[in-house]
Amino acid sequence: MTPEEPGRTLAQKLWDAHVVPGGSSAEDEPDLLYVDLHLVHEVTSPQAFEGLRMAGRKVRRPDLTVATMDHNVPTRGGLRAADELSRKQMEVLRENCEREGIPLHQIGSRRQGIVHVIGPELGLTQPGMLIVCGDSHTSTHGAFGALAFGIGTSEVELVLATQCLPQRRLRDLAVTVDGDLPIGVTAKDVVLGVIAVTGTSGGVGHLVEYRGSTIRALSMEGRMTVCNMSIEWGAKAGMIAPDDTTFAYLEKRPHAPKAAAWQRALDYWRSLPTDETAAFDEEIRIDARKLTPYVTWGTNPGQVVPVTGRVPQPHSDTDARALRYMDLQPGTAIADIAIDRVFIGSCTNARLEDLRAAAAVIQGRHVHPKVRALVVPGSTSVKRAAEDEGLDLLFKSAGFEWRSAGCSMCLGMNPDILAPGERCASTSNRNFEGRQGAGGRTHLMSPPMAAAAAITGHLVDVRELV
Amino acid sequence: MTVQPIEKVAGTMAPLDRADVDTDQIIPKQFLKRIERTGYGPFLFFDWRREPDFFLNQSRFDGAAVLVAGANFGCGSSREHAPWAIRDAGFRAVIAPSFGDIFRANAFKTGILAVELSASQVQHLIDLANEEPSARLEIDVRAQEVRGEGFAYRFELDPFIKHMLVNGLDEIGLVEQHGAAIGSYEQHRPAWLPSVR
Repeated sequence: MTPEEPGRTLAQKLWDAHVVPGGSSAEDEPDLLYVDLHLVHEVTSPQAFEGLRMAGRKVRRPDLTVATMDHNVPTRGGLRAADELSRKQMEVLRENCEREGIPLHQIGSRRQGIVHVIGPELGLTQPGMLIVCGDSHTSTHGAFGALAFGIGTSEVELVLATQCLPQRRLRDLAVTVDGDLPIGVTAKDVVLGVIAVTGTSGGVGHLVEYRGSTIRALSMEGRMTVCNMSIEWGAKAGMIAPDDTTFAYLEKRPHAPKAAAWQRALDYWRSLPTDETAAFDEEIRIDARKLTPYVTWGTNPGQVVPVTGRVPQPHSDTDARALRYMDLQPGTAIADIAIDRVFIGSCTNARLEDLRAAAAVIQGRHVHPKVRALVVPGSTSVKRAAEDEGLDLLFKSAGFEWRSAGCSMCLGMNPDILAPGERCASTSNRNFEGRQGAGGRTHLMSPPMAAAAAITGHLVDVRELV
Repeated sequence: MTVQPIEKVAGTMAPLDRADVDTDQIIPKQFLKRIERTGYGPFLFFDWRREPDFFLNQSRFDGAAVLVAGANFGCGSSREHAPWAIRDAGFRAVIAPSFGDIFRANAFKTGILAVELSASQVQHLIDLANEEPSARLEIDVRAQEVRGEGFAYRFELDPFIKHMLVNGLDEIGLVEQHGAAIGSYEQHRPAWLPSVR
């Protein structure tokens, strides 16, 4: 880089490294990007495989494609609770993977889990990569300094066939969070705090880089939580520059580079962070010291307030509709909202650190008698690790149900759903109408906050319990 | 794979005057268990259909070709089942002030036009549909114009998407034409990159 040359952002470096030279013929054709890792699950892939088969095409790079079952797997163990359609969908994935030679971490296997939890666990998610999956929370992998985004089923088919995706360049947006997080404030609160500023569509058309001292201080688990919810404010992708925290997490994972390859990779990864001379199209600055534990009150993640706050007055038809759906009155203290269910899980918050943080709140206390609380580890590995340190016993003796890995009540494709009118404190990512079950009401929050709500039976500031 | 070229969409409108319509509303999760690409029409806005005055329950909007909705339409999940359901219910286009990125991409691949107009233009169309449900629109892809009686609104359209639409091109076939370039890129990928095996 010469002094006159402007530097590049992390996103620009990732983009440039994946443009296939000569991959677009006409001037106004988008860049053709090469995909390093394609993650596949049972819900958004069957029609893509079917399309391939009908056209007589094969999967170009089964060695860069990996599948798991997560969205509609039962979490009570085995296939017992799966309905006929879910069973069929899982069976079809099994057949497709077998025919195409794609490794599958199927239900019951020791590596099965939520697609965005197992990629990093296996060391398949690495800095500098382009990762796609037919799932909007693919942005999770951006925590490693990868370019990662969700795609639709037609694009899944396209990537299966060609390992490539034509894409237009997007705008660069920096979210800079500086300062120490106050006690009781987690990575989930950082991203909810961002969405409180941006609303649900502030990130549309952007690649987001989260940066600043607060982000640097987060663990990989915390960074994944932040990047995971990028799509909840509309961003195409969210990412964080790789650093020693990233490398320490990755080293010795099953698919991480070894020996000399590790050194070469490390040299490259260290070149990825945004250059000092690089410019972003936009920047949002957040003071971490002003963040608090947040809770959503409405039916989109932008309808969020501090737990110490009150249900706001409606400012739009959308707000008024959300209040009706949530059966809430403006002015009600958040802490006065009673709950029926608690869900600790999802690709946002079901890693070992999340379960530990929730468990730490319990301290010998018990789930409120009116509450039914579920803990669903993000992967079979997370479940095993948690059991190794006795977290399962701790949760169970406190009255939580301890389940097997899957997406579970985040979207309720399996039997874990809310009944109409039930209100849930949830560590997941979406509070849309009916998301956790038709008529169900979802309040999003961090794992410690959800655990605290389970104990008290209402939404509560976790700082009052610890 | 054969793809039908789309140069124009014409027909009446159905108004959905709500912002941030997410894909969970467009097609709830219980219908994502099917392994087919068609047959989702009856499940479009499945939960909202229980509201008696929801537009799908008003016969005056029967047969509409264009859904007109509020900002950030199709936010949320990547499920392509959302545009499939819109298509299967008979719509050929959605007009809104803005769209979720993944939904917009999925819509075009499904042959549904996702057309962005300004908030005031969209409001005009919603009012027009409510006052005069038989009012017809024409969306002209080549001219990038939404036309009705007494108005013509220009919209932006990615030139590549436009090229694909008006020529009815199969994107996979198009990318496959760059097979040699892709192969050459593959030769130069760094050796440390992981394989799933």
